[in-house]
Amino acid sequence: MFNILMLFVLIPLLMMAGLWASRNIRQVRGVMVTGASLLLALSIWLLCDYIGLRRSGETAQMLHTSSISWYEPLHICLSLGVDGISVAMLLLSSVIVFTGVFASWRLQPMTKEYFLWYTLLSLGVYGFFISTDLFTMFMFYEVALIPMYLLIGVWGSGRKEYSAMKLTLMLMGGSALILIGILGVYYGAGAVSMNILEIAQVDIPVQMQNTFFPLLFLGFGILGALFPFHTWSPDGHASAPTAVSMLHAGVLMKLGGYGCFRIAMYLMPEGAQMWDEVFLVLTTVSVVYGAFSAVVQTDLKYINAYSSVSHCGLVLFALLMMTRTSCTGAVLQMLSHGLMTALFFALIGMIYGRTHTRDIRQMSGLMKVMPCLAVCYVIAGLANLGLPGFSGFVAEMTVFTGSFENPDLFRRICTVIATCSIVITAVYILRTVGRFLYGEVKNPEFLKLKDATWDERTAVFILIACVFGLGVVPFIFSDLIATGVEPVVSQLIK
Amino acid sequence: MTQFFQMRQEIGLTAVFLLMFVADLFLSEKHRNLLHPTACILLALQTVLTARPEDVTLFAGMYHSTELASALKTILSFGTLLVFLQSTQWLNRPDARHKTGEFYTLALSTLIGMYFMVSAGHFLLFFLGLELATVPMACLVAFDKYKGNSAEAGAKFILYALFSSGIFLYGVSLIYGAVGSLYFEDMQLHLHGCELQILALVFVFTGLAFKLSLVPFHLWTADTYQGAPTAVSGMLSAISKGAAAFALMTILFKVFGRMAAQWELMLEIVIVITITVGNLFAMRQKNMKRFMAFSSISQAGYIMLAMLGDYGQGSASLVYYIAVYVFANLAVFGVINSIEQQTHGKVLRDDYKGLYATNPKLTMVMTLALFSLAGIPPFAGFFSKFMVFASAFSQGHYVVVFLALINTVISLYYYLLVVKAMFIDTSEEPVAPFRSSPYMRISLVLCLCGVLFLGLASGVYTLFTTLA
Repeated sequence: MFNILMLFVLIPLLMMAGLWASRNIRQVRGVMVTGASLLLALSIWLLCDYIGLRRSGETAQMLHTSSISWYEPLHICLSLGVDGISVAMLLLSSVIVFTGVFASWRLQPMTKEYFLWYTLLSLGVYGFFISTDLFTMFMFYEVALIPMYLLIGVWGSGRKEYSAMKLTLMLMGGSALILIGILGVYYGAGAVSMNILEIAQVDIPVQMQNTFFPLLFLGFGILGALFPFHTWSPDGHASAPTAVSMLHAGVLMKLGGYGCFRIAMYLMPEGAQMWDEVFLVLTTVSVVYGAFSAVVQTDLKYINAYSSVSHCGLVLFALLMMTRTSCTGAVLQMLSHGLMTALFFALIGMIYGRTHTRDIRQMSGLMKVMPCLAVCYVIAGLANLGLPGFSGFVAEMTVFTGSFENPDLFRRICTVIATCSIVITAVYILRTVGRFLYGEVKNPEFLKLKDATWDERTAVFILIACVFGLGVVPFIFSDLIATGVEPVVSQLIK
Repeated sequence: MTQFFQMRQEIGLTAVFLLMFVADLFLSEKHRNLLHPTACILLALQTVLTARPEDVTLFAGMYHSTELASALKTILSFGTLLVFLQSTQWLNRPDARHKTGEFYTLALSTLIGMYFMVSAGHFLLFFLGLELATVPMACLVAFDKYKGNSAEAGAKFILYALFSSGIFLYGVSLIYGAVGSLYFEDMQLHLHGCELQILALVFVFTGLAFKLSLVPFHLWTADTYQGAPTAVSGMLSAISKGAAAFALMTILFKVFGRMAAQWELMLEIVIVITITVGNLFAMRQKNMKRFMAFSSISQAGYIMLAMLGDYGQGSASLVYYIAVYVFANLAVFGVINSIEQQTHGKVLRDDYKGLYATNPKLTMVMTLALFSLAGIPPFAGFFSKFMVFASAFSQGHYVVVFLALINTVISLYYYLLVVKAMFIDTSEEPVAPFRSSPYMRISLVLCLCGVLFLGLASGVYTLFTTLA
């Protein structure tokens, strides 16, 4: 009955109970650090265990599977299971949840409530990655969305009410599309099971696939910032408090890519073949347009948000190329972008907390004032533009090599266009860094600012270590991911 | 005589009604306060003791209570109990105090009417139930007749109700002309969709659509909800609506079952219009009671979605939706009522600004209930919405489900406006911190339990599917 994966949901639940009972800020922090550490330890254990099981010759598609019947009449079960992709995603989530706690260490006011919603958000994310049942996945997906409204609305900055409402409504619109897609899959497959693995064995009628694939892909694509439905992302990220931006850009946007791959493309391969060219055009536009938009922004968070649009576009782009290498690259890119963007948002939050502005025109010479943060920002920037040795290089390399493997001329042209984004990324990263980190300190107020505190250093250093680790030993993860990608791609190529 | 005793729920409720009537007559002025606990305890006893679902057919089919209908009656009783718990503070006001007994007897008699509506097998019994559910309700709406717009609301309600009853009766007379019988059982053989019968269908449907406040028959709703005492608005929105929806479904499937081809398209159009118009108007409301009126119009549309499914899955989803809706909606009305009583009449959304800072618990109840109404997991509303969508989808009504789903986004917008007012906005003069009456607190806790557990505990829905 008991499945080790249930801990991913139970620990956040216990954390929420603990938060509810805690009386002062010390207890709140204690609960959060304990819970987040446990989750991190659990994810690392799961990674080792998974690799160990695979080495010992375990060939099942999903491991740690279990299923408890929930809504019998509609065949809804609490089905759990992980493959290489979900193990990697769980680890990513845990790292970001853990560092997010430190990034919001000094957050005021209503710290307790903040962490309650924050934990609920992470609960939704974990639940989504461990489920293999369509209904349960969708439920956790929505659980992860709604806390965003209050997190941005209450603790955000700038035009927070507008951004929070825009983000929530656009993502809920997406989830409406997902819901009808899920119903389409369920009834298309003969209404006998909600379990993804079982539905994958059934051939859904091609007409149903052609109708419901675009709805599902678009629904998840909205969360993955697919052009032209990416507009929630810059506003939402710019207004959100630091840790929420980290979690949202780092993990929640990955739910989109994961859902597109695991649900839409896996269950409706013929639908995917029918529609892939349309979506390829949209994702290519996302990749290039996001990068160009980042060039003209002056707000640090907007720069990074548009950069996210571009990089998340690359995830969907690589998935639609439907080769083994490109899909592995897509998942690597999810990991890499998740870590890098969390690092960026953490740093931006810390800089904003000191300078009270995010406009790069009003800042200069921060390298002299806060060398630690500034150096970390440069490292993050270099990782983002794909410097070898960091995760970005590995991921983008795999994505573009994999995409070019597809012999179709149209896809090769798309690949060439998308590759241009690398250059544009270099432009906006180097320009931004040069503008606000180097040069003379023009504003004398800035000379009084202090460098990073211990909690901020903890968050940043862990993230940099992860980015570096993924860049230096990528094969651990690419082997891991390849096992998860294989069944889906063989379904698609069939 | 033995036949009468098989109607356990109706007999039990009538006994409660009579006891309350007698208690009201004989209790002296000093002991008036005892009426509240008496009413609540008696109704609770009736709800619990008669909660066993069973299939009963009496008087040659005139009375036919299916297992699902008796489950629904239990839900309606429980909802009325929640309303009773929420009305004590209002009834203790000096101008309403002397009418306490009247409130309970009137509310109980509407409930008896709904019982008969739900379990009628004959149009005459159905009509009797309908009228018994409506006329005392009009008195309840006009209960605060010297205050605010209560009298106006009552007048509007009774005029519309009588008008719609007239239309309904006209439809019934056409059916009688076509079939020569008023028993539901006889209808299915004879009604097959000729012009006269289609006309009858339209009139019967219209008559009930008024009660359910479906668009375009919804015009009375907002004014009535706004003018009526808040507890009564709650009852009108959750309990009357539940009974009417179930009755409509029974009639559509049992009487007009063979004319499904005729009513399906009509139903589709009415559903989409109802949900959309309800949502669009709700967005613009500043008064919380009017706001909830339009919200309940759009919710009625969602309830109707269940009727597009097949009878088994559809009726189970419908009853489940009603159960969840009763809890969530009464939680919202409970909070509105409690703030209204405390602040002597503040019911505007702007009055709720900064409520979280002063009354966090009340705010949480309201927020969770609104999330449930919007269909956000893990609250019960998510599950009940999913069930009605699945029910309509299973019969291939893709477009209607799609439009209804898009509408959930609109509804989320206006529910979030209230959440925003309470959590994010600040106010110069927020509602001062207060404790609601113990009765109100019990009812809100019960509602909250329903909102939290009716969905996560799958047993409820599974039970309804086995009963259907």
